[in-house]
Amino acid sequence: MNLQKARNVLGNYVFVIPAALLFFTFSLYPFFKVFQLSITNWDGISPNMNYIGLANFKDLFFDNPTFWLSMKNAFYVTFLALAIQNLLALFLALICDRDIRGGNVYRVIFYLPPVLSGIVVGLIWNWIYDGNYGLLNHFLSFIGLGDLSRAWLSDSKTALICVAIIHMWKGFGWGFVILLAGLQSIPRDLYEAARVDGANSWVVFKNITAPLMIPVFVLVSILTILGTMQIFDIIIATTGGGPGYHTEVPITRIVSTMIGSSKFGYACAMGVTFGLILLAISMVQIRVSKAMRQV
Amino acid sequence: MSVFNPASGEVNYERVKKMTVSFFSHCFLISVSATCLFPLWWAFASSLKTQQTVFNDLSLFPKVPQWENYLFAWTKANFSLYFLNSLIYTVTVVIGVIVIASMAAYAFSRLEFPGKNALFLILISTMMIPIPGSFIALYVLLNKLHLVDTRLGYILPQINGGLALGIFLLKTFFDDLPKELEDSARIDGCGRFRVYWHIALPLARPALAVLAIFNILAVWNEYLLAMLVLSRKELMPLQRGLMVFQGAHITQYPLLMAGIVITILPVLVVYLLLQKHIIKGITAGAVKG
Repeated sequence: MNLQKARNVLGNYVFVIPAALLFFTFSLYPFFKVFQLSITNWDGISPNMNYIGLANFKDLFFDNPTFWLSMKNAFYVTFLALAIQNLLALFLALICDRDIRGGNVYRVIFYLPPVLSGIVVGLIWNWIYDGNYGLLNHFLSFIGLGDLSRAWLSDSKTALICVAIIHMWKGFGWGFVILLAGLQSIPRDLYEAARVDGANSWVVFKNITAPLMIPVFVLVSILTILGTMQIFDIIIATTGGGPGYHTEVPITRIVSTMIGSSKFGYACAMGVTFGLILLAISMVQIRVSKAMRQV
Repeated sequence: MSVFNPASGEVNYERVKKMTVSFFSHCFLISVSATCLFPLWWAFASSLKTQQTVFNDLSLFPKVPQWENYLFAWTKANFSLYFLNSLIYTVTVVIGVIVIASMAAYAFSRLEFPGKNALFLILISTMMIPIPGSFIALYVLLNKLHLVDTRLGYILPQINGGLALGIFLLKTFFDDLPKELEDSARIDGCGRFRVYWHIALPLARPALAVLAIFNILAVWNEYLLAMLVLSRKELMPLQRGLMVFQGAHITQYPLLMAGIVITILPVLVVYLLLQKHIIKGITAGAVKG
């Protein structure tokens, strides 16, 4: 009887073994390995590695302005995405939440850029921003603003904001879909009741919609922050981090430290630092949202 | 109900206001839609121009569409090869994720074994912890296993990448499923694997569809891992191929745009056919947090 039971349990394990095996090999092992490598000066090739304690981190914090510049760039794009992209998404979602004709068609169109890859989107926009033949310059000279023309992505003044615009173009439809789903889960009779009481649109939004949407707002902003800070594909397809270091972001720094300069240990230290910063941001946001809900 | 009532001579202001709001709403929605669609159409139109006309011809409908650009991109610029590779990777990863995640999700939902809850918690927690840079260690691992520059080295990490969300989605689905059908099958002498395969899995079809689409898009659009792991042209998927083509022929815009259209087209078809499931998928995927 006991043997029977043991065989039964063993048989149950068979169901999870493939998943567990893959997970331990390709998720858990790399996760811990990054921490281990981050305290070495390993170059990725040589058979032996030296433990150098926190030297990588010390260098990263005090002697690596490029990394912190890349962090600043990512924060800049993230800030724009939070402010402009999400506000646009919210505004569109509020419009489509009223029974508007063709609402589903708009939804299908808005979610089109998010299903494309960053590479494809970046390459298309390259062609729009191009300095010699780009559509944007053609358009500017057409409306008589030809002297604004420039190579938008290789001009240090405009490169970062142009990349941010591509990123927001690709991303707002995603926020829109989630926010709309949130709005549609709000019971309609709440609105009816407020209308009967004579509340106008702004009062309804402030007193009913916004408080009920706080969890969705938090979710969208956390995912926007995590997604935008880790922006990579669009950068690689457009500027590659240039001109100079003007559009470098943390992931491009990590990749070029790893592949370009073969400093695997150092790249891992960058990854750990960056990961902890992201974790801290999302913790703060969850805290803030909890506090806000209690008000 | 009309705006103006000729009998009483009164204007229905409520109605006028509604129509005005609706008009401006549509104007706004249409201009945002145009902003979404225009770059894509521009890429398509450019793909039909010649190397000479593409820089100055701004028409959105080229007078003499150069369809042979596509033939050239497909045969001479290797896009047929990249396309086939993308197809292989996508199909393999999606099948892998569906089989492995559904088995595990079924076990977490229905079967008993020691360590079940702990294992589930570890699996799910990785969805929430951002680990940028773990791709460095992943690369090191693949190197050790001699999987760098192999198809398997590109496929296995991506199957793993789809597992957490897959297991989470499917477990929730199995939890909500009534047990009676499975119980009676068991009484009839079906083993647990047959119950899972013949009864639970077919019932989970809607959830499997969501999961499949999610992973199709993720794998088709993946770039970072392809860049790290694959350096032989014969193994590259489309996204990587596009970058290689751009690096080698930076000014061949019509061909590059043709390559882009070839890359987008399958995504577009899948998206338009299954957009309801996709929308369901992202909302479900977002709620995971």
